[in-house]
Amino acid sequence: MRLQRNPQLNANGELIHLLSTEGLSKAVLTHILDTAANFVSVSDREVKKVPLLRGKSVFNLFFENSTRTRTTFDIAATRLSADVINLDIARSSASKGESLLDTIDNLSAMAADIFVVRHNESGAPYLIAQHVAPHVHVVNAGDGRHAHPTQALLDMYTIRHFKGDFSNLSVAIVGDVLHSRVARSNIHALTTLGCPDVRVVGPKTLVPGDMTQMGARVCHDLREGISGVDVVIALRLQNERMSGALLPSAQEFFKSYGLTPERMQCAKPDAIVMHPGPINRGVEIASAVADGPQAVILSQVTFGIAVRMAVMSIVASHDA
Amino acid sequence: MNHTPLKTIPANELNAEALYQSLLSHMRTVVTDSATPIRLVGIASGGVWLARRLQLDLDLEGEAGVVSSSMHRDDFSTRGLSSMTVQTQLPFEVNGATVWLIDDVLYTGRTIRAVLNELFDYGRPAAVKLAVLVDRGQRELPVEANVAIARAELPATQLLELSRTPQGQLTFDVEAIAD
Repeated sequence: MRLQRNPQLNANGELIHLLSTEGLSKAVLTHILDTAANFVSVSDREVKKVPLLRGKSVFNLFFENSTRTRTTFDIAATRLSADVINLDIARSSASKGESLLDTIDNLSAMAADIFVVRHNESGAPYLIAQHVAPHVHVVNAGDGRHAHPTQALLDMYTIRHFKGDFSNLSVAIVGDVLHSRVARSNIHALTTLGCPDVRVVGPKTLVPGDMTQMGARVCHDLREGISGVDVVIALRLQNERMSGALLPSAQEFFKSYGLTPERMQCAKPDAIVMHPGPINRGVEIASAVADGPQAVILSQVTFGIAVRMAVMSIVASHDA
Repeated sequence: MNHTPLKTIPANELNAEALYQSLLSHMRTVVTDSATPIRLVGIASGGVWLARRLQLDLDLEGEAGVVSSSMHRDDFSTRGLSSMTVQTQLPFEVNGATVWLIDDVLYTGRTIRAVLNELFDYGRPAAVKLAVLVDRGQRELPVEANVAIARAELPATQLLELSRTPQGQLTFDVEAIAD
């Protein structure tokens, strides 16, 4: 029986789609981070543009709302000289009942080269990747609760930038892990890159015990969970969770799991604090921490552009 | 431009250190004759050591720049991003500058074209000149060096590259291109 190849890689093991950090080797992840390092300086040039994707058409297909992620992909593609088309799904034919694959076929007929896809259903980008022609590439900008690989990659870039080698690090992911595709992608990336101590921290309703299967240690006490860590990644608490009775209130969450300067003393003194954004001040993180010297949240945003430039350049340079 | 036609030297007889001394001598004349300060920029990666050494030996102010061709290469769709390790760093004002690009080997001219595009993304130099140790001919674009110390002929299946011994001595290597 033939072994199923990871749909993200071609027969030479080169990246043709980015769908998930799961199943990608340390070498592939490291190559993306190394490539991103070259793109960080493009944003500092007077001419913030390099011609690597000149003439390529990048279609942003955001079936789920997101101004910030879509904007960073837009900026990244533009800095590579690509043409960017943003598909406003609410006003598009999807609302007229057109199927996902019909939408893709129509756009492919307009010579799309890269689809950046955010969808509320897990697996949608995989379906698209199986369906497109060999020269077309798919980048997952978040699918359901499943994966958000570019966020994980920019988080890894940020950690590597401030902390160096992963093999000595302790990383705690705090908050609504259950519903977080960011958490899942981060855990896969951290373990692949050799991080020996990954912890998920939060209330029992939001941090399921089966996370241990992914290689993470489960903690329901914040102080214990972030004790001695080098990196704290705070996740956004989504309001829907409160109305769904998984939590009493935002204030209750902050009382037990909010990152305050006092609680941050449990982590290493030079620990960094990260957050995928947008932050809810006073819910998952206190302003004093978000604005304090340990927070690297704005660096994540800057690195996010370079990482997305790297991902798009890499997939565009390999044929299926 | 050199007015004396260059003699062709067999590739295995190229003495990189001797060629460097000739280059240094040429560049001393350039510096003396130049009304405005010149800025040395090494082309990654073979030209970088040369530019830095010239900067020191010519006692020029500041640091030599480095320019990478990787963002403007014309073979991205076939080769991808394999050689993106050195980044462009130009520690001077490019607008109005007299830039001397320094490289080890001039061959098809495609690297020079990419490097010029990269340089012009940073500003508008007053002039750009090119100095190389070895010209191996076989140009595919209308590009020439202002200063070339030696000429060598090699088949297209071979690479001519400058390297450095652990003691810091410059040396030329001839390698067969991997399949």
